[in-house]
Amino acid sequence: MSRAEIMMIITGIGETLLMVFVSTFCGYVFGLPLGIALYMSDQDGIRPNRTLYRILDVIVNIGRSIPFIILLILIIPFTRMLVGKSYGTIATIVPLTVSAIPFIGRMVESSLKEVDKGVIEAAQSMGASDLQIITKVLLKEARPSLINGATIALGTIVGYSAMAGTVGGGGLGDIAIRYGYYRYQTNIMLVTVAIIVILVQLFQFAGNRLSRIMDKRKNQ
Amino acid sequence: MYPMISVSHLSKTFESKSGTVTALSDVSFEVGKGEIFGIIGLSGAGKSTLVRCLNLLEKPDEGKIMIDNEDMMELNDKALRLKRRKIGMIFQSFNLLMQDTILANVCFPMEIAGVSRSEAKKKALDYLKVVGLEEKARAYPSQLSGGQKQRVAIARVLASNPEILLCDEATSALDPETTKSILELIKDINRKYNITVVVITHEMAVIQEICNRCIVLEDGKLAEENTVEELFRHPKTSAARRLIFNSTNQVRSMSSGRVLRIAFEEANTTEPVIANLILEFKKPVNILESNISHINGKSRGQMMVQLPDDDKLADKMIAYLKKNTSVDVAEVSDYE
Repeated sequence: MSRAEIMMIITGIGETLLMVFVSTFCGYVFGLPLGIALYMSDQDGIRPNRTLYRILDVIVNIGRSIPFIILLILIIPFTRMLVGKSYGTIATIVPLTVSAIPFIGRMVESSLKEVDKGVIEAAQSMGASDLQIITKVLLKEARPSLINGATIALGTIVGYSAMAGTVGGGGLGDIAIRYGYYRYQTNIMLVTVAIIVILVQLFQFAGNRLSRIMDKRKNQ
Repeated sequence: MYPMISVSHLSKTFESKSGTVTALSDVSFEVGKGEIFGIIGLSGAGKSTLVRCLNLLEKPDEGKIMIDNEDMMELNDKALRLKRRKIGMIFQSFNLLMQDTILANVCFPMEIAGVSRSEAKKKALDYLKVVGLEEKARAYPSQLSGGQKQRVAIARVLASNPEILLCDEATSALDPETTKSILELIKDINRKYNITVVVITHEMAVIQEICNRCIVLEDGKLAEENTVEELFRHPKTSAARRLIFNSTNQVRSMSSGRVLRIAFEEANTTEPVIANLILEFKKPVNILESNISHINGKSRGQMMVQLPDDDKLADKMIAYLKKNTSVDVAEVSDYE
């Protein structure tokens, strides 16, 4: 590989990391409240609200059932409105975030469901408000599980970001498709794929580690 | 006595897939300030629902709940939250925050109430001292034993300065030794802070250990209300009898004849009642089970005796016991 190609791959790594972290972050900005709303309004939740739950549930299911590659094209007008163009690293953050929100929402919901009902009841018996229960009980008690969820989200978004390469999304996936697929430069494709695999492994390793350190139920 | 808790005509039903389940029907009772009051019943009798109605964790369908002269159902959300701070609750499964230190757990109710962090910490350490766990402040709940966890839960309750303590099967997950020490602690707290205590349990031994008065729940209905001593001596209902007999946990012998329950008090434990009975009639009786328990510090014994098959002789024996001894004698029809 030439120097230029190596530089290109390094830039690709940077772009991928930027896309993945920014869209995961944005995904949580919307996905966390969505997950909390799902949990609270569920019929076993703290404020059961069948209508709200049904609406959120349907939106999440629709969002999750659209394949990412289709969503990417489908929301091009929205992306263009938001960032001015529909290709490149920054533009790809928009569809990545949109597809991550329902996914993250579901994951947050299931993490919160793992919290012991008795602890919530205890907090209620002490006169805690709903907001206090969310911030001081639910999010705290679910922390290890939420971190595990974030790890899964990161890995999935790395995969999605690579797919965005097909429409000029930038990053490692873009390089793999342009050089490896269109120009038959198998070596570049293999290197980028290897880097993507290593990235996912690193995220998973770090996430598991963090979750374990944070979990005070064991390993003390 | 000033009624701290007053429940009248409380009813609650649940909708389930198999139809409507009546958890409570028309339950009324009063608990005086500073009393240790027991609610006993077998599982499914409605005890847990009843105690959850007291702080409105469960909304009753009908009835009235007055706590310290305030109608709980009249309170709005905010007032209810403030009221709940005065009603502490401990649970069978302790329900501590597993991701927080012991100190943070005890600080929790104060944090909710808006007490400053440094003051909360100071008070929390004091309450941990009361329950004898101040050296565990930095530990996490997973590092503690069951009894220690319940002590932390009690310290957490004390942190909100409650007037009432509800104990929902608080010792049911603990071994007898630990149960005893937790009950001692509850008794201490009752005396020291003059907190009214309501104890929910399926174990007669718990009621005998600490309660003054109690009610017996069966199938959501109030079967009997009595002092603990009276309940043990003369259980009026079959529900109460079942709980008392169950408390002995003994293997049931095969009994066909008539069964007598004899209850002793401390004063007549020296009297050889059974020996005298046998000497008098020259006919054997069969002792099915026998035990002694301590009720509020006094010894109480009970014995189940199977009489001979001869009905006339059995009648005579009962008459003899009633006339010549000071023990309480009652024939039991529902002994299994």
